[in-house]
Amino acid sequence: MEFFERFALPHPDPMIYASMVAIVVVSIAIVAGLTYFKKWGYLWNEWLTTTDHKRIGIMYLISALLMLFRGGADAVMMRIQLSSPEMEFLNAQHYNEVFTTHGVVMIFFMAMPFVIGLMNYIVPLQIGARDVAFPRLNALSFWMFFAGAMLFNISFVVGGSPDAGWTNYFPLAGNEFSPTVGVNYYMWALQISGLGTLMTGINFLVTIFKMRAPGMKLMKMPMFTWSALITNVIIIFAFPVLTVALLMGTLDRQFGTALFTTGSGGMDMYWANLFWVWGHPEVYILILPAFGIYSEIISTFSQRNLYGYKSMVGSMVLISLLSFFVWVHHFFTMGQGALTNSIFSITTMAIAIPTGIKIFNWLLTMWKGKIRFTVPMLYSVAFIPLFTVGGVTGVMLAMASADYQYHNTMFLVAHFHNTIIPGVVYAMLAGLTYWWPKMFGFKLNERIGKWAFWFNVIGFVLAFFPMYLTGLDGQARRMYTYSESTGFGPMNMIAFVGAGLFAIAFILIAYNVFYSFKHSPRNIGDDPWNGRSLEWATHNPVPAYNFAIEPEVESSQAFWDHKQKKHNLFKGKISKIHMPNNSGIPIIMAGILFVFGFSFVFSIWPAVIIAAVAFFACMIYSSFENDQGRYISEQEIKETEAKFGGDSK
Amino acid sequence: MKAKWAFLTLVFTIFTVLTGCEPLLVLDPKGPQAETTSNVIWISIISMSFIVITVLVLLVIILSKYRASKQPADYEPPHIEGHPVVEGTIIGIPILIVIFLSVVSVISSYQVESTPAGYEDEEPLVIYASSSNWKWHFSYPEQDIETVNYVFFPANRSIQFKLYSYGPITSFWIPQLAGQKYAMGDMVTKINLAADAPGEFMGRNANFSGEGFAENTFNATALSQEDFDKWVEDIKKTEDPITEEKFNELLQPGHLGQLSFTGTHLDFSPAPEGEHAGHQHGDSSDKNHSEHEQNNKDKSSK
Amino acid sequence: MNIDQTKPLEYGTHKNEMNILGFWIFLGAEIMLFATLFTSYFIYENRIGSGPSGAEIFEITPVLIETIVLLTSSFTIGLAINAMRLNRTKATLWFLAITLVLGATFLSVEIYEFIHYYHIGVTLQTSGFTGILLTTLGTHGAHVTFGLFWGIAIFLQIKKRGLTLETANKSFIYSLYWHFLDVMWIFIFSFIYLKGMM
Repeated sequence: MEFFERFALPHPDPMIYASMVAIVVVSIAIVAGLTYFKKWGYLWNEWLTTTDHKRIGIMYLISALLMLFRGGADAVMMRIQLSSPEMEFLNAQHYNEVFTTHGVVMIFFMAMPFVIGLMNYIVPLQIGARDVAFPRLNALSFWMFFAGAMLFNISFVVGGSPDAGWTNYFPLAGNEFSPTVGVNYYMWALQISGLGTLMTGINFLVTIFKMRAPGMKLMKMPMFTWSALITNVIIIFAFPVLTVALLMGTLDRQFGTALFTTGSGGMDMYWANLFWVWGHPEVYILILPAFGIYSEIISTFSQRNLYGYKSMVGSMVLISLLSFFVWVHHFFTMGQGALTNSIFSITTMAIAIPTGIKIFNWLLTMWKGKIRFTVPMLYSVAFIPLFTVGGVTGVMLAMASADYQYHNTMFLVAHFHNTIIPGVVYAMLAGLTYWWPKMFGFKLNERIGKWAFWFNVIGFVLAFFPMYLTGLDGQARRMYTYSESTGFGPMNMIAFVGAGLFAIAFILIAYNVFYSFKHSPRNIGDDPWNGRSLEWATHNPVPAYNFAIEPEVESSQAFWDHKQKKHNLFKGKISKIHMPNNSGIPIIMAGILFVFGFSFVFSIWPAVIIAAVAFFACMIYSSFENDQGRYISEQEIKETEAKFGGDSK
Repeated sequence: MKAKWAFLTLVFTIFTVLTGCEPLLVLDPKGPQAETTSNVIWISIISMSFIVITVLVLLVIILSKYRASKQPADYEPPHIEGHPVVEGTIIGIPILIVIFLSVVSVISSYQVESTPAGYEDEEPLVIYASSSNWKWHFSYPEQDIETVNYVFFPANRSIQFKLYSYGPITSFWIPQLAGQKYAMGDMVTKINLAADAPGEFMGRNANFSGEGFAENTFNATALSQEDFDKWVEDIKKTEDPITEEKFNELLQPGHLGQLSFTGTHLDFSPAPEGEHAGHQHGDSSDKNHSEHEQNNKDKSSK
Repeated sequence: MNIDQTKPLEYGTHKNEMNILGFWIFLGAEIMLFATLFTSYFIYENRIGSGPSGAEIFEITPVLIETIVLLTSSFTIGLAINAMRLNRTKATLWFLAITLVLGATFLSVEIYEFIHYYHIGVTLQTSGFTGILLTTLGTHGAHVTFGLFWGIAIFLQIKKRGLTLETANKSFIYSLYWHFLDVMWIFIFSFIYLKGMM
């Protein structure tokens, strides 16, 4: 009996039962639909087993958008609950679960796949490669992320969601104070998807180091590729720390070790240290690719080269180094003394210098340009002032003495949303709109896009700027309610209205996809934005082999120079191209990991052992398999190129 | 674009007006420590506004001057790699600002950790503040009394709170008197503060600690020395002594009103400092060690 | 597929070069993993609660055996790669087999050591110190275990297919992994056992 009780929801609620029903209904509908339209084969052959970086990129993006709506729903619930004093929409326990899943979903399962998805699609194209270095590993990375995401998402219908905050501080997250399986889900969902991310890091580093087109020296890479390179270096150094932290957390919760407990020599503060040694670099894992995207977009739509290329690269390198030496600023108030606080205060503020350089470089890129206000450019333009506000409040938080007052308040919440939303989310929306025609062969509607943009910006400002004030007025974060006498009511009401506008913006974006799919013209050519880097030198949509002829590069904006007739990109001749085969192994391995994670969460040891054995069996099978890939013949390439009306360039 | 700036101006005006009406707690200090943090906040707001305004002005100028609609169709933007003077400036100015703020940050970090300014030559009154789910326990070793969820202390006197926790990490915070500090299970942290005048202040746990976190608050009241002494007298006369049994009962998760006791729990449940700290390899565990060694020898001799 | 004859077999193709670079990067991540474990170990080293300290439980004999065995295996895998470069399949297989036997010996002694700890009451649960000690040793041991299975797979592949571009590449990468485990063990030996016994 006890065995089954663990699967029950510890804190049931009509809303959760409703979502259970919804999940079951949608799943049945999907299965029935696929069967009825006989699409199982298509799905399996073209998507689930694919090793094509472009398709994997698109699957990442779809997952990220789904998770954006999941995390967004959490956010709206929180804003409703706080919209007025003594609100009774959620109780304390549900509120705690909601803000925990909001944080985890948005960082791990929305921002990360969004960044990695765009990297997947764009980086090989920008460096003139035909795929990533290890296509099958790439598929495995994606499916492991997906398995982790699904594992995390079933937590709220089977056994209960984690409720100790996305930072998951011990001892609150330990067995004594979080007795349900929720935090176990946290540990395993992040462990599985985190290992997937680590493999992505290895894959992209090798891709960027070894697969660049002839002539593309490191200092001739487009800025987004540079940002991807540095991001992946950070991933390699940061994610193993998370792996160890999660392992130690699992041992504490499921094997009774005394690592983060307060007795028997345990140390609760050590979790916080490990978490942020990974966590702060993680922030830059998200923001650096965003910087890369803005660099591409601002340069394209100002119709000018990127100002200060070298200082842009240098500042990213500096940020990546500094990001490992600032983690203590997440807990200045832990009592480590004025000296330690002073040191970390200075290292933190030092990050403002390279970031400032980048802001001014973007401004100087627009200077003397010819600025076109398309949707991607609007997001980039809004990003500059909004992110500056986010950045300077970061400097304010970095002042250790003042942080004693900001810490754990809504001021902090306002700050990091102020950097992550204009920084990362706008970059993702801008990048998605910018590269959309490359992915799908048509543009997203500009008019609806601009409406969505304005709702987005106004919603953002209304939702988050009031929090700076309530924070300074003493509203701690993660409080599920407050009394009227605190005076937090009006500001939270404004924030609620902002959240509503924000939600409308995302609904408009979803509608735009649907609308543009039906109505947008398909005859936009290969280079609809007048782009500058190699991805625009491919056909639209991109054929499986990307480039029929390997491009030869001489500058950081190779395609622009090609269009200006300064040099010829495609000098070679068409010959057969080697491509990787599809493989079902990655999705099977990820499925096994899902079973492994789920069984581990509930301590079902026989299933854990069977899944582990099956996983290693897959690895051995994979090792013995003799898969040499396949060749696309010269004839086939010529036919494809002719279909695009190309002169087989 | 114009609508956006108009809108931003509107938002900022609303903010200024609202902040003008009712001072925000953190910026309305009632003691030297909170005064320091408030000053630091204002210094940083002012220097940071300089940057925000510079960026905004540059952005507006550039956007209005170089938009495509304002330029001739045949305008070809130039290719500019960069310029040492310009790049030197955009590196140099942020460096200067960061150096300035670093100095402010370091000096004030030491200030908020030390005895409040103006109270350096007197011994602080020590109060132990420990948290349990979701309460605060205040122990006065000197007065030998204990309270729950409220703390009285004399105004115009340096107070040292020694913080620790019987549960999750919490954060002790009285915004108008000083910034916060964590209370943890295996070590004692300290907050030094003083109130410039008698008054009542909001105090709370600021660090998420589970279901009852939102209501994890306490009242902090500064009294004149006279009133404080009288209050201590009263407690000693009217309240029951705290026992280990009673204290363990209080530690159970839940909310309690304000309670007072004579005696402190420090006698039977000492704070994790000195030999009781989590870092246990001092005298207290020596006995266990030798037992283990004994076991070792027994095992190996078999 | 372009085969570069001027390079050793394991570096023979672009794909092989990428595999090796990728594995070096993976080892970079592994170094971070072990660095985090070592840092954690130093932090918990004195947090023994009511349990024993390192000096009380470490015994030199099994540790010395483990060290010698693993160091030797690192030498023999080097010989295996050397034989591979000379294109001597049989010698490669023999040295690989010796490496695996030594690896298995190491693992047996380590298991014996763990059982011993269990008997004297040192378990994951005893204290912060024993928890992190066994986690660090266990992570290394798990790596060795994984390495054994991996080595067997490579042994079988060389036996079946001979020394090809792929098997040479795999063996070389495997040798990198094995050397890495040896280096990590040297750190464990010096900074956990020797430091603890002093």
